[in-house]
Amino acid sequence: MSNTYFEVLRAGVNTTIQDIGRNHMYHLGITISGAIDQRNYVLSNKLVNNSLNEAVIEFAYQGPLLKLKNGSINFCITGDVIFKIIKKDGSIEDGTCYESYTLEDEEQLDIISTKNTAYGYLSVSNGFKLQKIWNSYSINTKANIGPNNGKKYSLKDKILINNQDLALNKKNKINYNESSDNLIRIIKGTNFNYFSKKSQDSFFNNEFSVTKDADRMGIRLTGPKLENIVNTNIKSEGLVRGVIQVPADGNPIIMLSDHGTIGGYPKIGVVISADLDQVGQFTPGSKIRFKEVSLAEAQNIFKAYTIDTNKYLNENN
Amino acid sequence: MIKNISNLGDASVYCDFGSDVNEQINSNVICYFNEISKLVETNEINGINNIIPSYNKLIINFDLFLTTFNEVKEKILALDVKNQTKNNFKKIKIAVCCDDEFGLDFNRISKITKLSKEEILNLSLNKEYFCYMTGFIAGMPFLGDINKDIRCNRLETPRLKVPKGSVGITEQFVNIYTFESPGGWNIIGNTPEKIFDNLNSKEPALIKPGDRVSFYQISKEEYLNWNE
Repeated sequence: MSNTYFEVLRAGVNTTIQDIGRNHMYHLGITISGAIDQRNYVLSNKLVNNSLNEAVIEFAYQGPLLKLKNGSINFCITGDVIFKIIKKDGSIEDGTCYESYTLEDEEQLDIISTKNTAYGYLSVSNGFKLQKIWNSYSINTKANIGPNNGKKYSLKDKILINNQDLALNKKNKINYNESSDNLIRIIKGTNFNYFSKKSQDSFFNNEFSVTKDADRMGIRLTGPKLENIVNTNIKSEGLVRGVIQVPADGNPIIMLSDHGTIGGYPKIGVVISADLDQVGQFTPGSKIRFKEVSLAEAQNIFKAYTIDTNKYLNENN
Repeated sequence: MIKNISNLGDASVYCDFGSDVNEQINSNVICYFNEISKLVETNEINGINNIIPSYNKLIINFDLFLTTFNEVKEKILALDVKNQTKNNFKKIKIAVCCDDEFGLDFNRISKITKLSKEEILNLSLNKEYFCYMTGFIAGMPFLGDINKDIRCNRLETPRLKVPKGSVGITEQFVNIYTFESPGGWNIIGNTPEKIFDNLNSKEPALIKPGDRVSFYQISKEEYLNWNE
């Protein structure tokens, strides 16, 4: 039996295992977790011929330095990421995202950093040797749920990899063109009318900046203060990914995958499903604008986004 | 029982049961939650990811790959949910140490309520509370209603870190911080009990909506020697 694993030589900023997310647990206060950028998550699996819901490593900004022990694997990195492969003889090969590579025993994978985005994904052929907790591999660091005792990886941790088939070295690649855009489409929230007419207008007509308070829970924005003319608190109620809450200070917060399951701030809007991957990738300092769409439009945009994802998934067949 | 149904974004149904917070409205929410959960388990409703009950709202989050707002809304409107008073709730007693090192906000609460620490404790501990919901962080129970004389608002500036196990009050509610977390509730003590057990895959949350919860005081010595 092989016992292949990554040894963590540098942990990176926030290196965790993620997948499609953990459902059916919100009523207990357990949020969805899962990959922030679901499209790049499935593409990374596809490029090493995994099933699309296999567990991957998600990293943020500076990624991990990993040494492969006891075996060879295929891997792929997706996102906007600078990485290198360090061979046994010390020579260095620059890596390209959306291409699969073979990593041999004792070689190192140095994921140096993301470029203009926050998150990147590392898949390995046949996936990681992990157990699902409540039907998901995702690590929820707030409630310590999931693999690695629910904690992000740190120096000297071992990340076990499933047994490999021998069909290594088959190169997979896609030509991925991220069309990134600073226009985020939203549907008006249940408390949209809590805000003054002037603030409703400036929500759509002005630019907002992503602050440094941006993580897997959510991203805080600054821009024109949104003036609440009804009540700056509501009775606490459920939250979902993409909800834009506005606390008393008038600065919006967009909920991402590790958000609290309930909250008591008014909801001015909800990011449409098709734009969630993009919102999660914004880095501090990014400028964004909001545009209102109807429910029917949001559903059509989601269909188009899915068709586009499938186009990439099928490109390699 | 549902006053209004609307969409929350493109992948959630927002059911409004009213604006008041009371046991009657909340038990309506929980009846719908139970009914829809049953349909999910028996595959009679398709594509539901999460059902999130709160005081007076129910949010149903679905998979946009599998279903749409209108489909889920029609299913919910077609339900015939009767509010059966549940008799299978648990009664739970929670140990709490209220020494000043754990009860971080007695000075603040005293100032607001003009009551002594003893009076605050008498009014907050000697009562059975109803669990309206669990959430925000894993297993955190929202209990109520506390005595009118000890109600106060959240801290003006929330703490960045509230210690795990803290018991806090705000407005008409009491809760327990199941994990260290940011938070703005007024902290009156700390429990050594495990309110959320992530190793218990069947029943991770000790307290569930509808349960009745009361608190009793323990000494610091008992707190330190507590055996889970």
